[in-house]
Order: sequence, then structure tokens, then C-alpha cells
Amino acid sequence: MTDVVAEHVREGEGARPGSPGRSDLQVVPLRALPAVAVVFALLVWAIAANRLWPLMFLHVAFGAAWTVVDLFLGFIIGPIMRRLPVPARIELTMNLMPKTVLLMPTLVTVTLAAGWQLGTVMGTVDSTYFQHGWIVASYIVVACMAVIALGLLSPANIAVLFELKKPKPNPMVIQKLMKRFIYAAGFTGTLQLAILVIMTRIRVG
Amino acid sequence: MSDRALPPVTALGMASLALILAGGIYLAAHLPRQVALAPAVLLLVASALLLAVNLALLARVRTFPWWTFFLVGKWALLAYVITAGLIEYAFLRDGLSGGPLIVLTLSIVVYAVHVPVLIAFTVARYA
Repeated sequence: MTDVVAEHVREGEGARPGSPGRSDLQVVPLRALPAVAVVFALLVWAIAANRLWPLMFLHVAFGAAWTVVDLFLGFIIGPIMRRLPVPARIELTMNLMPKTVLLMPTLVTVTLAAGWQLGTVMGTVDSTYFQHGWIVASYIVVACMAVIALGLLSPANIAVLFELKKPKPNPMVIQKLMKRFIYAAGFTGTLQLAILVIMTRIRVG
Repeated sequence: MSDRALPPVTALGMASLALILAGGIYLAAHLPRQVALAPAVLLLVASALLLAVNLALLARVRTFPWWTFFLVGKWALLAYVITAGLIEYAFLRDGLSGGPLIVLTLSIVVYAVHVPVLIAFTVARYA
């Protein structure tokens, strides 16, 4: 996919005025910022209230969304993109990437912060909890995902958008960054399967 | 700018993040028992050293698009300070105090600085 994107940019296709990937491309979609602010305000309220249901809702809903988005990107969107016509691939890539800039950090922050607070309310983060081994295993898997996401995924996501904003994007740079993004997304998607196993084990007891 | 001309900022940054996460897991895994802080402090110090080395190596690069680096870095810093603040708020809300609070707070500071550096570096190296 990345090879084709690079080739497409090199040939200058898809450079029609007003389409994303050019100077009008927004790295951070500003219109979505109020929604992110509302979500973070809800998170602060839930932690301050320290009540079971809001914390459970935020942790489960945002955690499920995080898992689904990771798996969807890695195992559904990727293969579909390979079968799309080249202009469609370009458009999809250039519309998808700005959204993930805000979506992923929001999902991750809410899931982890609400999850930690939920763990203190329910006592599951206590080392005397009978499923403590599984809880620690989840910490380790999340830490691995965090290192990949913060060190590779997020920087590549933003860098490719900056490259696409240039009047003459460098196809080799786009190819390199997209490969990095897709491999990192695939790896974190695989780790999400481990999280699903751990969380269901904890729930069943 | 060729890759060879640049220090291994991404690799060092990921190693630094892994160290503070390991320290955080060590502390979290022993809650609420009192636990020796030394391992977590050592991991934090090693992580902070990697951050310092990373910044020092980067500062020695002669031709680097610093304007782009700081443009991206300041906005990324703002974003990650907000997320770091939320994490810190959860710690304070839980009544965390003393040594563990200091270690975790400093770990969050390393996180809030190092991630924007990684983002700004990745963007600027191709500017």
C-alpha cells in the first residue's frame, strides 16, 4: 500500500485543488477539539465523583473502542486498502490520518485513567487481589503498547501529515513513515488480543 | 537530511519510556504495600539520563530544522502536558503521597517531555 501511495504522490495524481494531502490538510482537526475537551471533562468528573458506574462506563466504552479501532485498522482497513483503486487509497489515507491524531490519544488516556481509578474503587489494583498476576500482566502488555504507540505510531502519524502538506511531498518519506505506521498499528493490534484474553480472564475469575 | 547524520533519538526515547513504565509497573504491582523505592528510583534516573543524552546529542546536530522542531514540539508538549495532568490528577485523587508520588510525578514529567521530543524530531528530520 505504501509503495502505491508513494508512487501516486510522485506522479502528482490526486493533486486536485481542495483535496486533502495538500496545503489545506489539517494535521489536527480543530473542529473535533471541543469534543475531546468534553470527554476529558467527563473523565475528570468521573474520577472526582469516584463512583463505580461512570468509571466503569468510561473504562469499558473507551477501552472497547481502543481495541476495536486498533484491530480494525490493523486487520480490516489495511487489507481493504490494498484492494482499493489508487485514488481511493490516497483519499482514505489522507482523511484517516488526521482523525487518528486526536482519536487514539483520547481513547488511550480515558481508558487508562478511568481504568486505574476503577481498579482502586473495586480493589483490583490491590496486590492482595486474587487475580493480581493477570492485573500485572495487563500492565506489562499496556506498557509495551504504550512504548510502540508513543515512540513509533504517534510520531509517524504526525510526520506523514506534515509531509503530505508540503507542495511537493517526498514519496520516499511517505513510504517510510506509512510502513512504520502500519507495522506499529499491526503490532499494537496483536497486543490488543492479549488484553482481550487478560480482561476476560479477570472478569470470569 | 540523511538518517546517518542524526543520533538515535527514537531508539533512546523508546528505551527511556520503557524504563519509566517498568518503574511504574513495579510500584503499581506492590500497592498498597510499602515497597522499596530504590528500583523505581534507579529506573527513573536511568530514564532521565537517556532523556538528557537524547537532548544533548540532538543539540549537537549542526544542520537541523529547529524552527519546525520547536513549532511541532510546543504543541505536542501542550497536548502531553494535558494528558500527564490527567494521570497526575488520578494519582492525587487516590491519596498517593510521599516517595511513590514523587517518583511517579517525575516519571510523568519525563514522559511529558520525551514524547513531544520524539514527535518533533520525527517531523523535523524530514522537513
